[in-house]
Amino acid sequence: MLKIEDLVVEVEGRTILNRISLEIPEGETHILFGPNGSGKSTLMMTIMGFSGYRVKSGHIWFKGEDITRMPIHERARLGIGVAFQRPPAINGLKTRDVVSLCAGQQPANVEELAQKANFADFLDRDLNLNFSGGEMKRSEMLQLMAQSPDLVLLDEPESGVDLENVVLLGEIINELLGRGVRQREKEGPIAHREKKSKSALVITHTGHILNYITADKGHVLYNGVLCCARNAREILQWIREYGYEECFRCAS
Amino acid sequence: MRELDDKNKAAARDDNSSHKTGYKDQADPHAYLEQLDNVDPEEARQWLNVGVDITGQNRSGTFIQKDCSVLHSGCGSADVEIMGISQALQTHDWLSDYMWRLVSPEKDDYTRMTRDIPHEGYFIRSLPGAQVAEPVQSCLYISEEGLSQHVHNVVIAEENSSIHIITGCATAEHLRSGLHVGVSEFYVKKNATLHFTMIHRWGEQIEVRPRTGIYVEEGGTVVSNYISLRPVGSLQMNPVTYLAGKDSVARFNSILVAPPGCELDTGSTVILEHPGARAEIISRAITTGGTIIARGEMDARVEGVKGHLECKGLILKEGIMHAIPELVGRVPGVDMSHEAAVGKIDQREIEYLMARGLDEETAVSTIVRGFLNVDIEGLPPGLAEEIDQVVSETQHDAI
Repeated sequence: MLKIEDLVVEVEGRTILNRISLEIPEGETHILFGPNGSGKSTLMMTIMGFSGYRVKSGHIWFKGEDITRMPIHERARLGIGVAFQRPPAINGLKTRDVVSLCAGQQPANVEELAQKANFADFLDRDLNLNFSGGEMKRSEMLQLMAQSPDLVLLDEPESGVDLENVVLLGEIINELLGRGVRQREKEGPIAHREKKSKSALVITHTGHILNYITADKGHVLYNGVLCCARNAREILQWIREYGYEECFRCAS
Repeated sequence: MRELDDKNKAAARDDNSSHKTGYKDQADPHAYLEQLDNVDPEEARQWLNVGVDITGQNRSGTFIQKDCSVLHSGCGSADVEIMGISQALQTHDWLSDYMWRLVSPEKDDYTRMTRDIPHEGYFIRSLPGAQVAEPVQSCLYISEEGLSQHVHNVVIAEENSSIHIITGCATAEHLRSGLHVGVSEFYVKKNATLHFTMIHRWGEQIEVRPRTGIYVEEGGTVVSNYISLRPVGSLQMNPVTYLAGKDSVARFNSILVAPPGCELDTGSTVILEHPGARAEIISRAITTGGTIIARGEMDARVEGVKGHLECKGLILKEGIMHAIPELVGRVPGVDMSHEAAVGKIDQREIEYLMARGLDEETAVSTIVRGFLNVDIEGLPPGLAEEIDQVVSETQHDAI
C-alpha cells in the first residue's frame, strides 16, 4: 500500500528525516513511536505532500505509484487521508459542509456519520473554531470517515483528549479502519471477512492509544532515523522501561 | 425620550471627507406608480440585485424612490406604516420631533446638503406590539447622471414591536457619476427589535455618504447588516448607536469587498450608556485591489456593559486593508474586547482542505466563501448566489 524508500527530508534548510525506509502492507496498522522533535509529524506531512517539507532524495510509493512530487489533493484522491494533531480553524465554513466536501463524489450521509463519530451537535459549527482537543479529534475522524481513504495517517490521535473520550476515540478509529471487536459483532463474522481493513500509520509518543486499537507493527523514529521495527507492544514495553535513548542504542 | 447630551453628539465622528464637486441637486420628477407591474424590467433587475422585489412576494411593504421622487410606497399590513418622508410629516405632526435628533444637521457638508435641499427618503414604522412577520423593503435608486441625491429616512420600531427592513441602494447601469447622501434616524423603543439589512450596489464612480444615528431604549435590539460586494467609487459612513436603556442590544455585521479603484471607509460607533447594554460589531472585508478602512468604536460609560469587536480583513493580491478597532472604558466593571486580523489566506488552511481532496482553486474559494459567510438572519434569497459569484470572480486573484 505505502512504500517509502531512502527518504531524506529538509525543513527550512535543516535535514529532519534521514534515509527513511518503511513499508505498510494493505490492511495493516503501523505505529510510529518517537520522542518530541524526532521527525514523526514531518514524515506524515511529507507523505501527504505539504509545502515546507522538501524531499531531497528518496521516493514515496502509494498503490504502486510514485507520489513523491504529486500535489496534495491528488494524493488525497488516490486514497491517503490524514488526521491532524492541530488542524486550523476556518471561519464561516460549517463542519457539515466540509464533511460533504470530504466525501467528494462518493455518496455520504453526513448525519449518520456524525452520529457514529458522536459529533452531530457540531455540524453547524465553524470548522475547528473553539473546538476542545477531543472535539478536534472527533471532527478529524468524521472528515476521514466521509473521505474513506485506503491509508489513514493519524498524528497523535490521543493528545489533548481526556481519559473518558479516549475510549470513544479508539472505537471511532476502529470503525474507520474496519477493525476491532465491536465492528465484528455488529456486522457478523462473515460480513467482516469480506470487508478489507484499511491501512494506517499512527503517530504516538505516549503509546496510550495502543490500549484501544490493534497494531500490527511498530517503528521507532529517533533524531530523524528509523532505528527499530518490531511488535508495537514490545517496543512500547522497552520505551517504558528504558526510554527512547536506550531503544536507539540497542538498535544501533 | 430625552435630548441627547452634547457629549454624545461629540462622539459622532465629524467627517467632511472630500468628494467631487459639480453634481446637480435636482432631477426630472418621476410619476408615482400605484402598481409596479409596468416598471422597466432593467430597473426591476437592478432592484432585485439589492434584494428589492417588485412582485412584493414575501414582503410586508415596499418603498421605492427614484432620483428625487417617491415612485411607489405600499403596505399590505395594518401593523406597518411605510411612506415618503414628506407625506409622513403631513400625516404625523409629531414626526418633526424625530428629525435631526440623532444626526445633527450641522454635522458636516452632507448633512447640511440634506437639510437645505432634501429629496424625500422613507418613513417606516412598526406599530406598538406589532410582530411584522415578513420584511419591509425599500429601494433608493439613482438614474440621473451626475445627481446629488439627499434623502432623509426615519424608522420607528414602537414598543414591543418587531420588524425587518431590507434596504437596497443601486444605480442605473449606465450611470457614471453621482453622489448619494442618506441621513437616517432609527428609533428602537422599549423591548422592540429592528433588523436592518442594507445592500449596496452602486456604480464604479458613485460617491456614497450615509449619516446614521440609532437610538435603542430599554430591552430593545437593533441588528444591522451591511453588504457591499460590488465596485463603488467611494463610501464613507460610521453610524452611531446609542444603547440608551437597560439591557439594550446592538449587533452590526458587515461584509465588504473592494475591487481596484474602490475606497470603503466604514465603521460603527456604539455608545453603551446603561447597565446590561451589549454590543457586537463584526466586519469581514476582502480587498482585491481597493482600499478598505474598517472601523469600530465602542464607548462603555457605565458598569455592567459588554462589547466585542471583530475586524477581519483579507488582502487577496493587492490593496490596502486598515482595521481600526477602538475600545473606550470610562468606569471599572465593563467587559470589552476586540479581535482584528489582516493578511492573506493562511496557506495551512488551503493545504488542509487540499488534504481532503479539494484542488487549490476550490480550497481557496471555499475559504473565501466561508470568510464572507457571517451568519446573517433573514438575508434575501439570491444574495448567497451573488456572494458565490463574487467569490468565483475574485478567486483567481487569490492564487
